[in-house]
Parts: sequence; structure tokens; C-alpha cells
Amino acid sequence: MFKKVISGIILIVFLLSMLAFSFASNKNVIKIGVDLELSGAVAQYGQKELDGIKLAIEEINQKGGVAGKRIELVVLDNKSDKTEAQTVAYKLAVRENVLAILGPATSGATKSASMAATKYKVPIVSPSATDDTVTVDERTGKVKSYVFRTCFNDSFQGNVMANFALKTLKAKTAAIIYDATSDYSKGLLKNFKATFEKGGGKVIAQEAFGKGEQDFSSILTKIRDKKPDVIFAPVYYDEAGLIIKQARELGMKLPILGADGFDDPKVVEKAGKKNANNVFFSAHYSSQDTDKKVQEFIKKFKTKYKQEPNAFAALGYDLGYFIADALKRANLKFDSVAKDRERLKTALENTKNFVGVTGVININKLHNAEKSAVIIELKDGVQKFKQKLNP
Amino acid sequence: MSTFIQQLINGITLGSVYALISLGYTMVYGIIKLINFAHGDIFMVGAYIAYLSVTYLKLGLIPSLIVAMAFCSVLGMLIEKFAYKPLRNSPRISALITAIGVSLLLENLMQIIMGADSRVFPRLVTEKNYYLFQGKIVVNNKQIYLLIITVFLMIILNFVVKKTKIGKAMRAVSQDMDAARLMGINVDTTISYTFAIGSALAAAAGVLVGLYYNTINPLMGVLPGLKAFIAAVFGGIGIIPGAMLGGFSLGIVETLVSGYGSSMYKDAVAFALLILILIIKPSGLLGKNIKEKV
Repeated sequence: MFKKVISGIILIVFLLSMLAFSFASNKNVIKIGVDLELSGAVAQYGQKELDGIKLAIEEINQKGGVAGKRIELVVLDNKSDKTEAQTVAYKLAVRENVLAILGPATSGATKSASMAATKYKVPIVSPSATDDTVTVDERTGKVKSYVFRTCFNDSFQGNVMANFALKTLKAKTAAIIYDATSDYSKGLLKNFKATFEKGGGKVIAQEAFGKGEQDFSSILTKIRDKKPDVIFAPVYYDEAGLIIKQARELGMKLPILGADGFDDPKVVEKAGKKNANNVFFSAHYSSQDTDKKVQEFIKKFKTKYKQEPNAFAALGYDLGYFIADALKRANLKFDSVAKDRERLKTALENTKNFVGVTGVININKLHNAEKSAVIIELKDGVQKFKQKLNP
Repeated sequence: MSTFIQQLINGITLGSVYALISLGYTMVYGIIKLINFAHGDIFMVGAYIAYLSVTYLKLGLIPSLIVAMAFCSVLGMLIEKFAYKPLRNSPRISALITAIGVSLLLENLMQIIMGADSRVFPRLVTEKNYYLFQGKIVVNNKQIYLLIITVFLMIILNFVVKKTKIGKAMRAVSQDMDAARLMGINVDTTISYTFAIGSALAAAAGVLVGLYYNTINPLMGVLPGLKAFIAAVFGGIGIIPGAMLGGFSLGIVETLVSGYGSSMYKDAVAFALLILILIIKPSGLLGKNIKEKV
């Protein structure tokens, strides 16, 4: 009898506290989900972006939040896994009832997460998924209504690097090394090749490798034989460092080009300072940019995390402010989550002239951000700001 | 021609890693007929131990290699004692499934302790390139280290198995466990030693891979583990020279496939090789057909 009473009391207390919790979360905070790569193969991206997002949201909350409410982040790890990214998006949309989802960092993960987002009609905004088909349906060519990004896309990035190879480096032939299991890599390959060949260049070798490859010496030996002017490697930092190192160890001194996947200190650590020369890549931001907003962000980031922010931290920071900006303009009524999600989506679509650390963002009809890119050169392992290119 | 030789050098480098790992595979199989799927993960643990001892204890290449080998031989013995020994008289499939379990345990444990992200292995030797034939062929000093250490360890292993008392006991146990026991050989100790030696060799391979590629991660043992298994079967499982032959030939075949075909096919070719050898000569290249006594 006594036991039953006790367990009854516990049950009631538990239910009440649940109720109190759900009221609290509905009344005073705006819940925003975060679906990022916090562990696994590309954990660096997710972790840095989360640092940036947290810094921005903290600042926004200190200034009074949005519509009198604090923004609360619900952070879940997608383990750098496409399937997991979708599960996480589903959990955030259905169980956590968030207003919007921030992330994932990579294109493949964002594509699968966006399936859940479209199904449950939650706006999802990726800070760094650059593949063209992230926001546009591959088959129908229609825009995915709930999917947005705050970075440039690969047709832009591929064009930039192809033009850089043709005009600045005066390259006539190029070899491409790409990850056949990555959407990001394949998308960039296509765009680079199209622009490079249109501009009179020739792609003389195109070598694929599979996920988790560590040994590139045999494909590099093959490429060395064909004597291209440049190598274009649209890969992430893990492979980038190894490719640079193994190419230099085979005595290849030619320029190695990449995209924003190269923008991580691990590239230099893996390649070695001595080898990290004559390497060029497109990036979202450079810490050497003298813009006041950039320098201010660097200062704030350093005070909080005791380290230099990279481009992904900057993209995360921008994303925090970007979503807050849309929330402010969205005219939220807090009557139902579904209706508020709809209002937020319209506000996101109408974003014009949002000034962030990584540039001025205009959301176009395809839900892409129109903004500038920078080209960075590695010289003895140190990043040097080379040029800034506008869309 | 120079490209071919260069590819051959790449292949031998890769092959010596496979050979080192598959030696441990083959020894364990030869003695207790167990395919130790956790072997590839011991290779990974070895790389991490060396990483830690270099970063925190500031050891050089050879001392950290010895630390990693010592740690992993103890780890191998413990795994044998707690995971495989209780199952010694159970059906062989139980031990195989346990091995897969141990493998997953090691991978996930390492992800919890060290994080899932890949780490940069410290540069222990100053890199140096040697150019031969007017710069057409490049040999790296790390490739030379890799080959020298591999060959050195193989010679020691050969000596241990052929000349020492424990090696003699190993050979006896591998032929007939019960008869060996009747002859006064301590079978448990012998098996323990086998695991210790095999794991130490895997650890050495892990350290050398870390040194060569500069990168380690908690899942680095999965594919090399499988490849070493193929190498062991290819050369004849349970036969030590067979493991070496299998390792080197697999490394060379893979490099040539990606050098003259596509890198995407190399894993497929490796597994096709496994299937082929199982169809044509199941006992492996150096294996003899021994009739089962009824």
C-alpha cells in the first residue's frame, strides 16, 4: 500500500514537472534546433560552426533576445553521417518542436536532413552546404521550399577556381582528384571542369577515390606522368592534407587547388609546413580581411574560446544572426508552431542585404546566398589573403 | 618504365604494412584456428599508444614503437584471456562472433576516449627525398624506415618461431593441441605468447602507418584488418612466410590497380582475389593439401 502511494506521488510530481517544463519552453523561449557534425570524419566543421552559433545566440540573448523571448538551442550530433543527419532533423522537427533547424555543415548530410525538414515543413538553414542540389530538387529542378543556405554554392566556387587557374595561374591542363562518394566533391568537379574547358583549358586526368582513402601515391604517380599544369582536388581537409603531402613527397611541385574544404589548420598539420606551398583555395572568409566587422568578430571569438576563428566559426556566427534577423521580421504570433514556421520561412525568403562577417547576404529565388568569395594561398603553411571575387 | 618502378615502390610500402598485420592473423589462426577480427583494432590501438607516448612522454620513434608494442602485447593477452579462452571448447563460430564484438568494443572505446575525429601523428623523422634516375623515381626516407623495420621484425619473428623453446611449443600446439598437452607443453601459456607476439607486430604496423601517413583515427584498423586477412588467406592461412608473401603481393596488386585502372576498383580487386584463391587453391599459395585423418 505504502509503496503504491509513494509511486503514485512520484508519478504525479513527474507529470506536473513535465507540464511545467513544456509550458516554460512554450512561453519564454524560442526553440531552434541544431543538426551538426560534432563527431566523425568532418567533426571540425560542425564543432567550429557550433562555437560560432553559440557565440551569436549568446550575444542576441544578452541584448534581450527576439520578440521578448530568449533563443534556446537544441543541439544534436549527426556524427558526420547522412542517415543520422536525417534522424536528427526528424527528432528536432517532431519531438523537440523547434521553429527552425540550423545545419548540417556538409552537402550530403544537409540533403538527407532536408528530406525530413520538407516533410514536416520546418525551415532548415545550412551554413556551409555548397552543393548545387542542396536547395534545388535534382529531378524536377524545383526549389525545395524549406531549405536555405547562407553560403555560396559550388557552381560559383567551381567557376571561381577554374577562372583562377586559367587567368591567374595561366594553366592549360589540369588533373582532378575527387572523392566519388561525396556529393560535394562530385558537384565541384562538374562545375570546375565545365568552366575550365569552356575557357580553353583541358582536363587531362580525372581520378576517383573512395571514402576514407589514405594512400594517394599511386594516383599521384599516374598524374605525375601526364604532367598537368595544376591539380584540382575538391576534397575535405583530411584528404587535402594527405594529397598535398604525398604529391610533394613524389617530387611534384605544381600548384594544388581546392575549395572551402581546404580551410582548416589540419591541412597544414597533415601536409607539413614545408609542403604546404603553392596551394590555393576558395574560402568564405579570411581573418586577414581588414573589414571592421570581421576584426570585431575575431576579437569576440578569441575572448570566448581562446583561439583564432576559422571560416566555419564565422559562418556559424553569421547563421546565428541570420536566423535571429529572420525571426525578428517574421512577425511570430506563437499561436501554433506550424504557422510560425510558415511565417519564418517567408521571412527567410525575403532576406535582403543582411550584413554578416562573411559578406553581404541576399537570398535569391533558388534559396542560395549571393555573396563574395575569397581566394587564399598557403605559403609555408600560413594562409595568405590573395584576392576577393564577387558573384 | 620509371612509372612502373615508382608504383612498385608505392606498392611495397603498402604491402609491408599488410604483411606486418597479417603475420599476427596467421599466427593466431595457425594455433587456435580463430580468425581474430579484433586484430585490425589492436593495430589502431598501437598507433594511438605511440601517439600518446610521443605527445605526452616526448619519446622518439624507437622508444614509442617499443612502448606501443609492449602495451599491445599485454592487451592482446588480456583479450585472449577474457574473451577467447572461456570459449575455447565452444563451437568455432562463437569465438568468431566474440572477435567481432571485441573489435567493435575497441573501436567505440577509442572513439569515447580519444574522440572520433582523426588526429595528426607527430613528425618523428625529418622527411627526406632521394631521387634516382634523374629524378624520375622518388624514394622517401620514411618508406625506407617502413621496409627496414618490417623486415627486421620478420627476421626476429622467424628466429623466435624456428629457434626458441616457445616457438617450438607454438609449432607443436598448432599441429595437435591435445598431443602437445600430453607432451607436457603448457598450451594456455603458449597461446598467450602467440597473442602477445601477434599483437606486438600489429602495434608496430600501426605506429609505422601513423608515421607514414601522419594521420590516425579510431576506425583506421577496419580496412587494413580486412586486407591483412585477405593477405593471410592468399599466402596460406597459418603459414608465416605465406602471410609475408600475401601482404606484399596484395599491396603491389592494389597499387597497380589504382595506378593503371582506377582507385575505386582496388578494394573490389582485393576481395575478388580472396574469392579466386578460395576457389582455386583454398589452402593459399604456400599451403599444402593435408588430408584430414578420419
